[in-house]
Amino acid sequence: MELLSENKRAAIWSVLLLFVGLFVWEMSISAQAINTGELTEYELLTGAGTAKAGVPPPSEVAVKAWQELSNPFYDAGPNDKGIGIQIGYSIYRVLTGYFLAAIIAIPLGFLIGMSSVAYKALNPFIQVLRPISPLAWMPLALFIIQDSEASAIFVIFICSIWPMLLNTAFGVAGVREDWVNVARTHELGAFKTAFTVVLPAAAPTIVTGMRISIGIAWLVIVAAEMLVGGTGIGYYVWNEWNNLDLTSVIFSILMIGVVGMLLDAAFGLLQRRVAYVE
Amino acid sequence: MANSFLSIEKLTQRYPDGKGGEFTVFENASFGIEKGEFVCILGHSGCGKSTIMNILAGLSEPTKGVVKMDGFAVSGPSLDRGVVFQNYSLLPWLTALKNVTFGVAARFPDWTKQQVEDHSIAFLDKVGLSGDAIHRKPSQLSGGMRQRVSIARAFANEPKLLLLDEPFGALDALTRGTIQEELLKVWSGTDQTVFMITHDIDEAILLADRILLMTNGPLARVAESVEITISRPRVRTDIVEHPNYYAIRNHLVQFLGKRSAELAGQVSAEGETHSPETVRIDKTQDAAGEQPLLQAVKT
Repeated sequence: MELLSENKRAAIWSVLLLFVGLFVWEMSISAQAINTGELTEYELLTGAGTAKAGVPPPSEVAVKAWQELSNPFYDAGPNDKGIGIQIGYSIYRVLTGYFLAAIIAIPLGFLIGMSSVAYKALNPFIQVLRPISPLAWMPLALFIIQDSEASAIFVIFICSIWPMLLNTAFGVAGVREDWVNVARTHELGAFKTAFTVVLPAAAPTIVTGMRISIGIAWLVIVAAEMLVGGTGIGYYVWNEWNNLDLTSVIFSILMIGVVGMLLDAAFGLLQRRVAYVE
Repeated sequence: MANSFLSIEKLTQRYPDGKGGEFTVFENASFGIEKGEFVCILGHSGCGKSTIMNILAGLSEPTKGVVKMDGFAVSGPSLDRGVVFQNYSLLPWLTALKNVTFGVAARFPDWTKQQVEDHSIAFLDKVGLSGDAIHRKPSQLSGGMRQRVSIARAFANEPKLLLLDEPFGALDALTRGTIQEELLKVWSGTDQTVFMITHDIDEAILLADRILLMTNGPLARVAESVEITISRPRVRTDIVEHPNYYAIRNHLVQFLGKRSAELAGQVSAEGETHSPETVRIDKTQDAAGEQPLLQAVKT
């Protein structure tokens, strides 16, 4: 007997797990007792009487989140900007680097997918460049570009280009011969064939590559911004760590997760739109 | 033959055999097809039927020889030669209707969108597809319905020559029967020239004006051209009663079962042309005179 649908039961379990998790977190922290006994002068001087800086309980994080999210776009100087502004900077960098990568990777992927000579000629370069950690480019980028903002964008560019390039090439090379023959028997030109047959046929694979890329780009931007500093969610995390404000650190970690999820969901939606069943 | 609507002249196809030598699929094959004719080609796997089809479609090049249509040599694929592939080759991201309009828009680039759509709907209707079904994607259609869409796409383009590559090969026997009738219905309203590959003897007799028989490969050739002396319109249940039906059928079975192997692998003299021998089996006339059951007429 099934009283509730699968989705509803799963949702109940999710909520339950959340509350159990938060409860355990809250309890384990309030259990850390503060030394309230008789203290010597030396102990008072070294701060033994005050609470040790510890991991904040979820209730504090929730209060912090409420404060930050109710006024996300305030700007009170270089080290005090709203979470909305910081995330905005990060998203701007990610999208700029990402779309620059897409503009190059997708046409180049088409070429590699269509021509086995181009594939064989470019493959050694791709294989060497692809495994390089994007952050390893940072010193070189900073030296050549001489601008931290542009260097962060370059790092995003270089890390998101590979999945898009390889997936586009793979998708284009895998387009069924029959479909290309349909285009040929209908006397479609090269451009018409590319746009009306090859592109829709390869679109699911291409969008999968784009989805992987945006995920990687969002992972990398946090690390890149920790290095370049100034603005962005990565910088914010590191800055709050320097302030020893762990509540803000936990809050911003959660925000990174939520934004990453939304970016992925957007591409998931696109993926469903271009999907087809053979 | 040289002045047929479609003439295949000394077509030869060789492939490297991987050991430095050459493997000849067929050699100096020559035959003609008249305008408005429905011709089936029968033969065992590996005799090069599909190769001939691909050459006619312009999807591959022969090693030697030419294909002439309307007196002009054929090169490369063209909208004048429509193809129905065995695996339907519908574009899975387009609806049935869009798959047809895709072809029609390519064929008639100066038509308006409405004209293209009306024309496509009319042809889908001819193969028995209308209403909701034409707005579905191929994955939501049965194999039979997909092949109907594919046939509608080919006919809607009104090509000078229609090539069918085992169009019913992947369908079950019952569906095949209905679609064969749909095909006859669509074809009989036109003067469409059709060239079709099949493995099914009964299908060939039902549909064709003439059946070309191929010997086994390698060095295959088109050995005979059997006229189907059964008047149209043909209905599956009626033609089996026709006096010529079993005579023709037996001839075809004998050829495919025995003679295709016996005639195989004959190396031809340089420059020799292999034209098929015309075979005409007509028992309706035999009833009057004392003629042999089988007549071979050399052309």
